[in-house]
Amino acid sequence: MPDKEKKQGTNISRRNFLKGVGTGTVAATVAPSVLISGEKAADAQMDAAVERATVTLHINGAPYVVEVEARTTLLTVLRDGIDTTGNTIDLTGAKLICDRGECGGCTVMIDGNPVYACMMLAMDAQDKQITTVEGLADGDDLHPVQEAFIQHDALMCGFCTPGFVVSSAALLNENAKPTLEEIKVGLSGNTCRCGTYPFIFDAVKTASRKM
Amino acid sequence: MASWGEASESRLIGKRIPRLSGRDKVTGKAKYTFDINRPGMLYGRILRSEIAHANVVGLDLSEAEALPGVEAVIPIIEVGKKIRYQGQEIAAVAAETDDIAKDAVRLIRVDLEELPYVVTEADAMAEGAPQIRDDWEGNQSEPGVREAGDLEGGFAQAAVEVEATYHAPVQTHVCLETHGHVAEWEDDQNLTVWASTQAVFGTRRDLAGSFNLPANQVRVITEHMGGGFGSKFGPGVEGRTAAELARMTGRAVKLMLTRKAEHLVAGNRPSMIQHVRAGATGDGRLIAYDMKGYGTGGISSGAGFQAPYVYHVPNLRTEKVNVAVNVGNQRAMRAPGHPQGAFAMDSLMDELAEKLGMNPLEFRRINDPNETRQAQYTLGAQEIGWHRRKSVPGSGTGVKKRGMGLGSGQWGGGGGAGTQARVTINSDGSVEAVTGTQDLGTGVRTAIAIIVAEELGLNPTDISVKVGDTAPGLPSGGSGGSQTMASVAPVIKTAAAAAKQKLFARIAPQLEAPVEDLRVGNHTIYVVSDRTKTIKWGQATGLLGMESISESGQWDEELRQGGAAGTQFAEVEVDIETGELRVIKIVAVQDCGLAINRLATESQINGGVIMGLGQAILEERFMDPQTGRMLNANLEDYKVPGTFEIPEIKSIVFDTHRKVTGVGEPPCIPTPGAIANAVYNAIGVRVRELPITPDRILNALAEQKA
Repeated sequence: MPDKEKKQGTNISRRNFLKGVGTGTVAATVAPSVLISGEKAADAQMDAAVERATVTLHINGAPYVVEVEARTTLLTVLRDGIDTTGNTIDLTGAKLICDRGECGGCTVMIDGNPVYACMMLAMDAQDKQITTVEGLADGDDLHPVQEAFIQHDALMCGFCTPGFVVSSAALLNENAKPTLEEIKVGLSGNTCRCGTYPFIFDAVKTASRKM
Repeated sequence: MASWGEASESRLIGKRIPRLSGRDKVTGKAKYTFDINRPGMLYGRILRSEIAHANVVGLDLSEAEALPGVEAVIPIIEVGKKIRYQGQEIAAVAAETDDIAKDAVRLIRVDLEELPYVVTEADAMAEGAPQIRDDWEGNQSEPGVREAGDLEGGFAQAAVEVEATYHAPVQTHVCLETHGHVAEWEDDQNLTVWASTQAVFGTRRDLAGSFNLPANQVRVITEHMGGGFGSKFGPGVEGRTAAELARMTGRAVKLMLTRKAEHLVAGNRPSMIQHVRAGATGDGRLIAYDMKGYGTGGISSGAGFQAPYVYHVPNLRTEKVNVAVNVGNQRAMRAPGHPQGAFAMDSLMDELAEKLGMNPLEFRRINDPNETRQAQYTLGAQEIGWHRRKSVPGSGTGVKKRGMGLGSGQWGGGGGAGTQARVTINSDGSVEAVTGTQDLGTGVRTAIAIIVAEELGLNPTDISVKVGDTAPGLPSGGSGGSQTMASVAPVIKTAAAAAKQKLFARIAPQLEAPVEDLRVGNHTIYVVSDRTKTIKWGQATGLLGMESISESGQWDEELRQGGAAGTQFAEVEVDIETGELRVIKIVAVQDCGLAINRLATESQINGGVIMGLGQAILEERFMDPQTGRMLNANLEDYKVPGTFEIPEIKSIVFDTHRKVTGVGEPPCIPTPGAIANAVYNAIGVRVRELPITPDRILNALAEQKA
């Protein structure tokens, strides 16, 4: 390390370059019409941030109209989003844990399939049915997976539990009678630190018998 | 004399009871600190140093301050001060959204003058290494020396000797909910903090001191928390920063650590490198033990480990040194010092046993003075099928080889005085139990309900339990050292018993019977000498009218006991072509005293085994000596156990007495040693360094061939 003095912090031009690329990619892969055209000043400090769009998301059967940035993830909308009438969405069951699609703490169902909400842009979730852990129960009647998790103590601190519950429900949608190995594969995208796995496996087996 | 009664008399205690928070946790309703959304809440973030050792020569917050949506930017370190590890706090922001806060952090300019650093033990101890602590000679602490008996005399009696070096690297806690707080002020005078903490009262004390407030003007709430494992005992820099940002802006501020920061600054289990020479007599007695070891707890000290461990050695000398490196500080991590010490000791025990030509189980029977564990050896050996263990390590044909091993552990967990609790019976029959402990996911909330319900003849779901809040003013200690249950349970039980006695005194005239003849069961109070005289719970409490009965409890030593012995047996399969290690089965026999909730106790044992398994085969913090940075500060490259690693686990609740003992930490202790010994038995080559990864297995096999 020859240079004794290093400058930490951001080189603005490089950051803006990267932001610009990011925005372009998003605009090209998501229907461009949803982007409210912002000023394209090349040296605007927050070019990605100022691009906003109003989108409608269908969460647990209800429509939510929210204004999002191109970079806003589905998880951010669920947890921190405020809809256009000023109501907080406050669906905090899905958690941000690893922030890079490793741990499954943010798992939700998109059209019945398990998806990491931290890895999906809110814009990409338009026109899809989003089911969070809050939407699994039928009123007061819990989903069989939820019942079985309680019965088997398949949770300790419970922080990873919403992700495991959603992944387990999605697994059973796909494969109603999974073997232990199939359960391990189906839940391999979820991480627990308390070590509840053995009882989670038991719970999924019990739920599969009840469904 | 107070007692928990006979098992046959217990309706609830010792049974398998689903936890009360289960419904909230499976539906996403449970609110963790990370989930608290307050009106007008801002999001806080911290700029951290990427350089491990540097002088701060400039700090410019102006660009960050100018960003729309930013409400506050504060320096945390002053110009002229030193950065001493990657991740150290420089400045913080509060902004309208988390994304804006992220942008704002990038706009803070800090000028750092880099200083020489060392981030590995070897570099720190090398000749000519830069001095990184002003208070030590070199980068090593004064050695701590312990001596007993006559070491050389002991070696003179030894028929066999083993000399070996064992390594365990730094492990990080990986709490899934990162350290974090939501802070909110009222009139600059009253501070409420939602904290992901193992100590609500400790956090209150720290914040009150930091902001010069009387403790009764600070409230700390931890309704649910996402894992601590020893790392969450105070607000830390991040908690004080959240509170300061909230004070400045007059708005609530949420500040959670990023995953990367959690690895860098929120604690870790120190490393252990020990060189040991030990001897045993021909009849199998451990006779001499000479150990020189060191470890690093980062820039701080605290890298202790147990050596020797659990087995009796009459003649010994141990010498331990702390090594400082430019890395974030260690914090207590589940059974601090024990699992790594146990791994080395149990490996050594097997090496000695082999030289003696003795079954390692037999060798332990001779040298382990603990009677509980002696009984556990028998049970565990039966459960795993120890007779199937191959007598010649590494023998057998084929590329996949199986083996068995065992390890041991010992913990205290006897609790202590200092918890205050109140049990209230209301006239409508409802019951509240309140104390200032916190539920880390161990299930203490449910255990409290079980104890009160058992005492009052009700169901656990009838009891409303309030923990994790300083507001009721009923202090309890931090949840560490596996002390929570043994500290809280006796106080809850005596409070419930006192409340029951008060109720009986009110009911006795009604039932025309002396108080001592009254009993309660199944929502009914009855007279033991005349069972026709009964009164329903709700009717009885109705006689209280406008009053409630509210009683506090005392910590009764007779209701708890320290000392939790454990042993584990592992069976593994190793592929000698790929080095792949699969743990097939673990039998954990864990002494836990009276298990208030058997189901939650089994969960604890499973969880301990799995954390021990992570340490045994996966977890290692990698520091880059060139850049001074941690290379795997994420969950992709820092591996914790996932579904594929989970073996069959047989968790045996070994409850030999009816006094409460903590069980949070002990089950993670014997696992690495048991697995390491099983790997040796499978392949006939010893891996003396954790984690036992495929590359280490292949290297060991290659060295043996060479």
